[in-house]
Amino acid sequence: MSEVIKIKKGLDIRLAGKAEKVFGKTALPRLFAVKPIDFHGVVPKMVLKEGAPVKAGTVLFYDKKQPDVKFVSPVSGTLKSINRGERRRILEVIVESDGKDEFVDYGSVNLKELNRESVVERLLESGAWPYIRQRPYDVIANSADKPKAIFISGFDSSPLAPDLEFLLTGKEEAFKDGIEVLKKLSPEIHIGTNSETASKIYNNVKGVKTHKFKGPHPAGNVGIQIHHIMPINKGEVIWVVQPQEVLSIGALFTQGKHDFSRVIALTGSEVKTRSYLRYRLGASVSEMLKDNLNSDTNLRVISGNVLTGDHIESDGFVGFYHSQVTVIPEGDEYEFMGWLKPGFDKFSVSRTFFSWLFPGKEYRLNANMHGGERALVVSGEYDKVLPMDILPEFLIKAILVEDIDKMEQLGIYEVTEEDLALCEFVCTSKLEIQKILRRGIELMIKELS
Amino acid sequence: MKALRKLLDTIKPHVSKGGKFEKFHSTFDAFETLLFVPDKTNKSGVHVRDSIDMKRTMIMVVMALVPALLFGIWNTGYQHFLVQGVEADFWQSFGHGLIKVLPIIIVSYVTGLAIEFAFAQIRGHEVSEGFLVSGMLIPLVLPVDIPLWMVAVATAFAVIIGKEVFGGSGMNIWNPALLARAFLFFAYPAHMSGDLVWISGFSAMEGVDATTGATALAAAAQGNIGDFSIWSSFIGTIPGSIGETSVIAILLGAALLIYTGIGSWKIMFSVFAGGYIMGFIFNLVGANDLMQVDALHHLFLGGFAFGAVFMATDPVSGSRTETGKWIYGFLIGIFAILIRVFNPAYPEGMMLAILLLNTFAPLIDHYVVQSNIKRRLKRAVV
Repeated sequence: MSEVIKIKKGLDIRLAGKAEKVFGKTALPRLFAVKPIDFHGVVPKMVLKEGAPVKAGTVLFYDKKQPDVKFVSPVSGTLKSINRGERRRILEVIVESDGKDEFVDYGSVNLKELNRESVVERLLESGAWPYIRQRPYDVIANSADKPKAIFISGFDSSPLAPDLEFLLTGKEEAFKDGIEVLKKLSPEIHIGTNSETASKIYNNVKGVKTHKFKGPHPAGNVGIQIHHIMPINKGEVIWVVQPQEVLSIGALFTQGKHDFSRVIALTGSEVKTRSYLRYRLGASVSEMLKDNLNSDTNLRVISGNVLTGDHIESDGFVGFYHSQVTVIPEGDEYEFMGWLKPGFDKFSVSRTFFSWLFPGKEYRLNANMHGGERALVVSGEYDKVLPMDILPEFLIKAILVEDIDKMEQLGIYEVTEEDLALCEFVCTSKLEIQKILRRGIELMIKELS
Repeated sequence: MKALRKLLDTIKPHVSKGGKFEKFHSTFDAFETLLFVPDKTNKSGVHVRDSIDMKRTMIMVVMALVPALLFGIWNTGYQHFLVQGVEADFWQSFGHGLIKVLPIIIVSYVTGLAIEFAFAQIRGHEVSEGFLVSGMLIPLVLPVDIPLWMVAVATAFAVIIGKEVFGGSGMNIWNPALLARAFLFFAYPAHMSGDLVWISGFSAMEGVDATTGATALAAAAQGNIGDFSIWSSFIGTIPGSIGETSVIAILLGAALLIYTGIGSWKIMFSVFAGGYIMGFIFNLVGANDLMQVDALHHLFLGGFAFGAVFMATDPVSGSRTETGKWIYGFLIGIFAILIRVFNPAYPEGMMLAILLLNTFAPLIDHYVVQSNIKRRLKRAVV
C-alpha cells in the first residue's frame, strides 16, 4: 500500500493564522452544549427538563426518527437551558458544569470478547454512536446497516486545519483500541494518510489498509479518499469516523466511560495566541477567546474551518464534529471601487488580481462576499477544485430542478458539503453551493425512504 | 469617497423595500455596487470567498479587447488616408479613427445599458454585468461606415431577442454580439458587405478604384489574395471590421484572457486547430480560389482570430464541459473555413460557424454528461 494517490485538482487557500504546534494552557469553561443542528436530519426529542442534574454520559435527547440514537451530556452538572429558534426548533442544549466530572460507568470489557451486537449496543447507549456517520448523505449511520467499509481520514487538508497526527500524540494505544472496536462493525477499515508525513500512528495499526494521498485540499476529505479507493454506488453504504472520535470509541470499552476530551486548534488571523488546546466536546469558546482577540474590526467566530464551519457567537460552542475554531474579520464594510483595484492583497484562484505576483503570501481573508449573486456565467471553475469524476455544475443544476434521476446519475451519493465547499469558494457568481447540495440530499432521503 | 458613501446611505432608505421610490431599487443598486463593493457577508456555507466577481471578470475581458480596439481606431484612420493617397501621421490617423469609432461605441453602450436597466427594473433583478463586454464587442465586429441608427437597432435586437427573452445574462443561447452582427448582415446586407463599407468615408470618395476597399476575404474569393501578404493580415493593416483585422492585437488580448484564467485556452486552441486542419485539407484539394489560400493565412483573415478568442470563448453560449470545449472549438474552426470556402455569397464564415455551434453546444454537453454517467455506471458493475 505504498502507492501514493496524487490529487491534482483542488486548492490550498493561503490563510494567515495557523495554530502553533504547542499545547496551550486553558481553563475549561463552565458551559457546554450539544447542538442538535450539528446532526443532519436529526429531530431531537428531549429526555430531561431544564434544571435536571446530569453526569457526563447522561442522555439529554434522542432522535425521533431513530430513537436508538442518543445524545449525551459531555460533563456532569445541571441542564441549564434549552435554546430554541424559530418554530421552537431546539438549537442548543446547554449544560452547566459542576466541576466534579462524574461519569456514567458502563464497565470495562476485554476487547477480544466483543461482538457486533455488544459494540452497537454500547455505542448507542453511551451516546457515542453519532461519531459514526455514513456516506452517502453525511448523516448518522443506521446501526442496522452492514457497511461496505469504514473510512478514516488521517489528516485534515482544509484551511488552517489542525495536524491530526499531532492531536493524537501519545494516544497510540487508545487509537489501536478504537480501531479494534470498529473492526467488529466492519472487517474492512481504510485510513487515508498524508504522503508528506510519517504517519507512524496510522501505519502501526494492524489489520487496516492505509492509503497515501498527496495534493492540495480536498485531498484530506474522507469523501475524496473514498472516491479514489472505493467509489460509492447506488445502494452502498460506507461509514466514516474521525481520528479523535476513534479514541473516544476505544476508551468507551477499555475504560468503561465515554471520554469526551478533544484537542481543539485555535486558529485564524484575528487570534493573538494560536495553539492546540486540550478541551472537551461541546465546550463554550468564551474562555479560549477571552483577551485573545484583535478587536479593531467586527469579528466572525467559526466552529470548524472557514469552508464548512458554523458561524457561532463569541460565547458559542464548538460543534460536535469540529476540532478547530477559527476567527476571521467579518468584513461587513463597503469597499470603494473594490472590483477595479489592482488587488495586491486580494486572494483569487484566477490571476485577475495582482496578488498572483506573490505566490507565497498568506492572506487575512474576511467573510465579505466580494460581489453580488449572479446567474451562472463562468464555466469550468468548479471542475478545477473537485478531484472526482463528477461534473459538479451539472449536479448542482440537477438539484436546482429537483431531478432525482439525474442527481443520482451525476453522483450525489458521493459528495457532501465539504467536498463541494471549494466550488462555492471559487464561484464567480457567488452561488450557495453547500446549501443547494444539502437541499438535494434532503430531497433524496425523502424520495427514497 | 466618504461623502459619496454618505450620499448613497441617505438615498438608500428611499429606494429600499417600503421606501417611496422602491421601484428604482435595481437602478440604485447598479450604481451603488459599481461604486462600492457591497458589505454583504456570507450567511451560509463558506465563510471566505474568492475575491473575483462578475464585475471583475467582465472588466478583464474589456481590457483584453483594448489592444484590438486601439489598433482598430488607428487602422480606421490609416485605411482612410491610404486610399485617399494623403500622407498622415499616427495621431492624424488615430484622431480620424476616434471620431469614427467612438460614436459607434457610445451608441452601443447607451442603447444596450438602457435596455438592461429597464429589464432589471421591471424584473426587480440586479443589473447584470454581461453587457459591459457585449457593448464593446458589438462595435468591434461592425464595419466602420455603419450608420449609427443601425448600431442602435442591432444592439436592441441583440439584447432583447438575444438575451432578455431568455431571462437575461447567463441564460442566453447565442452570443449577443454576434447576434447583433448577424441581424445587421441579413437585414441590411448592403451596409455589412461588399467593397464599399470597410473604409471610412469610402463610398463618398471620388476617383478611387472600388476594389481597393475590398476586404482580404473578398479579394481572396476573387483570386486576389496575393494583394494581401500574410504579414499585413497578421499585423492588421488591411480593411475589415473595426476590431478584427489585427491578429497580433487579438493575440495580446488572448494572452491576457488565458493568463488570468478567464478565457478558455482549450476553445481558442481547438478553434485554430480546426480551422488550420480544414484549411490544410482544402489546400490539398485546391478546387477554387479560396481553397488555395494558405491554411495559416486563413486563420488571419476576416473575423476568424477575433471570433476564436472573444466570441467562441463566451462561456454562456459555448460548451460548458471541459471535454465539450475541445469538440465545440474544433467544430467552429472547421465550419468557419467550410462556410467561407463554399458560400460564395458571403466569404466570412466565422460568425455563422459560432452561432451554429452555440446552438449545438448544449447537445455536445449532453453527450459529455451522458458519457460521464455511463462511465460511472460501469464502475458499479466491475
